[in-house]
Amino acid sequence: MNAAAGIPREAERWTEAGARSIDAINDIVSAPLIARGRWTWHAWWIAFAISLALTMVMAVTVVWLFATGIGVFGVNTTVVWGFPIANYVWWIGIGNAGTLISSMLVLMRQHWRASINRFAEAMTLFAAAIAGLFPILHLGRPLYFYWLVPYPNTMALWPQWRSALIWDFWAISSYLLFSILFWYVGLIPDLATLRDRARAPLVRTLFGIFALGWRGSARHWHTLQVYHTTMACLGVPLVISLHSVVGLDFAASLMPGWSETIFPPYFVVGAMYSGFTMVIVLAAAVRWGLRMQALITVEHFEVMAKILLAASVVMTLSYAAEWFSAWYGGEVAERRLVAFEFTGDYRLLYWFMLLFNCAIAHAFWFRAARRSIAAVVVIAIFINVGMWLERLLIVLNTLSHGYAVGMWRLFAPTTWDFLLLFGSLGFFALLYLIFCRVIPVVSMHETRRLLSAEAQQ
Amino acid sequence: MTAMLVADFREAGALTRAAQWAKAAGYPLADAFSPFPLDGMPAILGDTSTRLRAWMFIGGFAVAALAYAIEFWSAVYDYPIDSGGRPLHSWPAFVLFPFAIGIFAAALTGFIGLLAKCGLPRLHYPLFDIEGFERATQDRFMLALHAPVRDADKRSAVAWLKQAGAENVWELEW
Repeated sequence: MNAAAGIPREAERWTEAGARSIDAINDIVSAPLIARGRWTWHAWWIAFAISLALTMVMAVTVVWLFATGIGVFGVNTTVVWGFPIANYVWWIGIGNAGTLISSMLVLMRQHWRASINRFAEAMTLFAAAIAGLFPILHLGRPLYFYWLVPYPNTMALWPQWRSALIWDFWAISSYLLFSILFWYVGLIPDLATLRDRARAPLVRTLFGIFALGWRGSARHWHTLQVYHTTMACLGVPLVISLHSVVGLDFAASLMPGWSETIFPPYFVVGAMYSGFTMVIVLAAAVRWGLRMQALITVEHFEVMAKILLAASVVMTLSYAAEWFSAWYGGEVAERRLVAFEFTGDYRLLYWFMLLFNCAIAHAFWFRAARRSIAAVVVIAIFINVGMWLERLLIVLNTLSHGYAVGMWRLFAPTTWDFLLLFGSLGFFALLYLIFCRVIPVVSMHETRRLLSAEAQQ
Repeated sequence: MTAMLVADFREAGALTRAAQWAKAAGYPLADAFSPFPLDGMPAILGDTSTRLRAWMFIGGFAVAALAYAIEFWSAVYDYPIDSGGRPLHSWPAFVLFPFAIGIFAAALTGFIGLLAKCGLPRLHYPLFDIEGFERATQDRFMLALHAPVRDADKRSAVAWLKQAGAENVWELEW
């Protein structure tokens, strides 16, 4: 299958000349795993050292937190949720995008996802796992978190099924396990390719064990495809329900600014928005660091920029719906809260949030901005900061400015709050850097298929 | 005792055509191997049906029902808590747990079904002994026929595969 022999138009659009043969794809994707001597890994080692240091910071923070209690954070008796809950919502949002990409884009037959779905799914796993830590870290008595699990016990206790905490627990754990299966099944054929390409016996054996003896049989491919498509159909409602449940953590309460029916869909859009920005940042890193320029192209950044633009408009509409329903509902506390958002003590953060989430993505109306990888990455980072601010402000504004005026209090973060936030980013980067060295970051069998006109007939 | 003739092709299209011709000519097709799924191949091999989705539905539904039953029994009978006069059987709040765990259970059932149907994990397969079969997961397209018993038939089958565009034809017995 060479470049001359009729490359389908789809493949021509989504790959560069260097990746238009099956052999070239195999070579590009497997090089970081089995031909590591091809380039020096200085940048990787520097990034590894920094993220390891930040992971240590996270470990120290967690130990200190467990030793002394949640008083180390900036939370108080009014603002009882602080950074950990904002971080939780933000991380779980990032953890949504991978499965959205691999399930929704599969069902919509968007072929361009072939180059990005694998590393986006890995992002999902790591982000969802880190998100799952935060509710536990935020608990006053984290050692009892296993009481969320329904098991016959000597205390004759059962979980309180009406509690949003229980919904969270099941939504996250089901989603995480589901995502691992989805990811692993897509990985099996690629692990078999690596088993068959690797020269070192140990590497060969390890890939061989995890490839389960895959041999590319047409019958196996058929079953795998049936399973994969069915998983995609199941993944869409699961991923939507996951962040809806997170939205219900707020909406099921009776607080001004939280008790809103728009919250579940609004959280899902926000999750897609921040998740896609993270995918863009990782795509740029993988493309440059693992020499994948021919597989992850400017076209990919352009379509992802369009998705960000669309999501930005939906986010703006969601904010406007919140303001409108506060005004239209006429409830004093609701109206007072919206005024507090714009003019209160956290107003600077709120204005920056609106700038990042609603305004800057409009640069993507211009083709030049969409096709500049640097511009797309910088805007994506700002949007992701804006989304973190949104998560934080959802927590802080409502809790600081509830119904009881005498209870109003502000939140001031402590150093430990920031250390845990940046530590978790470092931990995520560490997991990701290790992933890049042991697992193929792009799905080889799906990109191969993209090249083959026969397969798509 | 199984005997197979395995032929390898450079192109996906050549494999599909050879498989169609072999079927029309009455050669017993055993399997085809390719580095990515070929849409027409299961139909040529006569293997398009799968009950995987039905099993996934059953698995998912059963676990979801069990989860709901646990909620119902624990909240209504074993550990009733009157929380602000809310009904003990608060079904809207009870739906989320069965939904999430049910989808995961469907996925797990499907994964087990996938492994069972494919006979995996099976780390060694006799065809792996062929020098060159490792390219079936990389860039070659292979067709496996049940080898005819008589030598003359076997020779004609090999000649026929070469004519169909096979670059190599191997014979394997186990």
